[in-house]
Amino acid sequence: MANVATETAKAPKTSKDWDMAAIAPFIALALLLALGYFANPNFMTSANLLNVVTRSSFIAVIALGATYVITSGGLDLSVGAMLAFVASLMILFLNSGTVADPALALVAGMALAIAIGAACGLANGLITTIGRIEPFIATLGTMGIYRGLTTWLSQGGAITVRDRDILALYRPVYSGSFVGVPVPIIVIFVTAAIAAFVLYRTRYGRHVTAVGSNEDVARYSGISINRVRTVTYVIQGLCVAVAVLLYVPRLGSTSATTGSFWELQAITAVVVGGTALRGGVGRIWGTICGAFILEIVGNIMLLSNFVSEYLIGAIQGAIIIIAMLVQRSLMRR
Amino acid sequence: MPLFEATGLSKTFGIVEVLKDININVRAGEVHAIIGENGAGKSTLMKIIAGNQPPTRGEMRIDGETVTFSGPVDAEHRGIVLVHQEILLAPDLTVAQNIYLGRELHKGVFIDDRAMNEGAAKAVRGLGSDIDPNTIVSRLSIAQRQLVQIARVLLVPHRIVIFDEPTASLTPHETDALLKVIRQIRAKGVGVLYISHRLPEVKEIADRVTVLRDGRLVASHDVSELQSADMARLMVGRDVAKLYPDRHAAEARETVLEVEHLNVPGYAQDASFQLKKGEILGFAGLVGAGRTELMEGMVGLRTSRGVVRHLGKPVNFKDVHASLKAGIVYLSEDRKGKGLLLTKDLIVNLTLASLGKFIGALQIDRKRESAALDKAIRDFDIRTGRKDILAGQLSGGNQQKLLLAKMMLLDPSIVIIDEPTRGIDIGNKEQIYKFIAKLAEEGRSIIVVSSEMPELIGICDRILVMRSGRIVGEVTGDHMNENEIVVLATGATKEEAA
Repeated sequence: MANVATETAKAPKTSKDWDMAAIAPFIALALLLALGYFANPNFMTSANLLNVVTRSSFIAVIALGATYVITSGGLDLSVGAMLAFVASLMILFLNSGTVADPALALVAGMALAIAIGAACGLANGLITTIGRIEPFIATLGTMGIYRGLTTWLSQGGAITVRDRDILALYRPVYSGSFVGVPVPIIVIFVTAAIAAFVLYRTRYGRHVTAVGSNEDVARYSGISINRVRTVTYVIQGLCVAVAVLLYVPRLGSTSATTGSFWELQAITAVVVGGTALRGGVGRIWGTICGAFILEIVGNIMLLSNFVSEYLIGAIQGAIIIIAMLVQRSLMRR
Repeated sequence: MPLFEATGLSKTFGIVEVLKDININVRAGEVHAIIGENGAGKSTLMKIIAGNQPPTRGEMRIDGETVTFSGPVDAEHRGIVLVHQEILLAPDLTVAQNIYLGRELHKGVFIDDRAMNEGAAKAVRGLGSDIDPNTIVSRLSIAQRQLVQIARVLLVPHRIVIFDEPTASLTPHETDALLKVIRQIRAKGVGVLYISHRLPEVKEIADRVTVLRDGRLVASHDVSELQSADMARLMVGRDVAKLYPDRHAAEARETVLEVEHLNVPGYAQDASFQLKKGEILGFAGLVGAGRTELMEGMVGLRTSRGVVRHLGKPVNFKDVHASLKAGIVYLSEDRKGKGLLLTKDLIVNLTLASLGKFIGALQIDRKRESAALDKAIRDFDIRTGRKDILAGQLSGGNQQKLLLAKMMLLDPSIVIIDEPTRGIDIGNKEQIYKFIAKLAEEGRSIIVVSSEMPELIGICDRILVMRSGRIVGEVTGDHMNENEIVVLATGATKEEAA
């Protein structure tokens, strides 16, 4: 069967061989864990690790949405500002006393946050698709709008949940745990599982990948590009809203600077996770891994004495560049 | 002594030998054609000669002196230049800026635009064209862009010019103009290596022909010793007596599509025609005649005005989704850019347009998809060693078969195929024609848009000819010959065309 052998050898770069790019972030995570283990004995304790992963939950959940947007060939810079905006509105609603019963007020507030998140995402989507404005510019604009509105709502200060009953009821959503696992970690894995299912197993997910891979091919195949893209931004908005639901009970407060630079962290997590920034390849679990990597790097820097923790931003910036270089060298082969 | 000579050239990628022991030479003032099917190794050979890739074994000599190239620039210094098959120009720059890109003329620290414009105008005129050097390249037709590309390459002092399938996207008229240019180059004592699929033009332009098959040199002759049929046989390795399938002319059957006064702004005006069940209707014309745009306007890929009646009912497709649903599919001429996701695997490509048929309870049924791929590979004879390769790794012919299979999953009643065999070797061409004939026999109606007149004549029942956005005539029966079509397509008189 010499013929078969040649045919196989002629095509060394099959879809299977791309797996290296998919595995790379997990290898990086393992190396980081090993580094942390040697840097400080306290690092590898379950208390520390659970704490680190819990703190990564905001970026992780936001980055899931970003994975959709980026996979379809878009970009959303407004997520950090959107989180602050949605959280502020949610707290203002809780403080307004529109619903008297604390439990009901909380449920209504959460539903409101979800609805506003989806609406903010929809706005981003429509501006880029119907308005035909480059995603970079469109979401740069809405980033300013969401951030400005938040500053205005808070009058430059903080917005804090005033009702102690509501806060007491709400706290466990961030600090509680279920069978020993902190709630935010459960949220990360549940949302990621849903995101992975939709992206990899459903028609919509296939369309997202196709649109990001080659818009023209998708259009000639009868796929509505605008609809697919708009929905990715709505998904992004929903993910931001979920992050808000975790964020508000943590401190019970927001300010004008809440979520600053989170868009960069979310994009970093996505890219570090192996999703192609030019679209067409989305890796949900890679994104989660990327979010963990970012938080663990910060944690190791805090626990060790080699590097000042003030350099965290610089290190995270370096990580995204290194990740891109690795991604490219893997694709070239 | 030949100008250029290569002996024992071999190239292996991994364990695959794509070129084996090739001996080839070019003399000054001759056109040496290299022909062969896709994958025969022509492009690899040219890349080695132009310095893009080093050979694994073998030797190259210029004027008897052994040379090795560190890269294409090195080969250029030795006088070997390559005209790429793809257009490699910056679309937003002008003709002159493109021609001088990377070697701008200077006057002190400033760019000397006037000198470059003059130089570009002269270079373009030398190729028999009057393109204004100030024109932005994106406004040029494909043929004009190709000319600019050639002008750019010829600006380098050259002794050997390699043309890699230069006529692939040219009309017969433009091809003639290009062949004239090549003759001029030859007359200056330059050696020309000419790669092409099109045997008639090889016969016309070449002095010598070398045939490659599966990486080996199977024949090298003076062109006078070979007929086109011989060349085809040598390329394929068997007789290809009959390229086109036998067809019975469609009897008078019901009309499935009626187009009246369709306008695609900027491209096609006042187009009216009918398509019958089981018919193969051809659309001939020069590149830029508006054929592709007319079809795209009809299926909702472009805005159009006018009346389209499908099975007697007026339809107005606002997007492709609507026309696909109505059972009308359009296969783009731009297979790689608009037909297939080259970086995705075969299954994703196959089912992309018809995913609805592969949805289980909630998710895509991968087993069903996999079964569909198996069936497509069988039905359309897609040659692939593995099923998990990417679409971009298939040869052009197999990509076209995959695209055909993808659209056939929608079970369309009307199939529009734009340039069905562009860039496809002769063996695969024959198969594509058979598939088209079979689809018509199944009662589907086919529209074939093509710049290759022999193929339209070979498979169509009727041919409409477009010129400058208008349908200017119809040829049927005994009138289906190249001369009639050329007359209509160019607006020339019969004497001129003959």
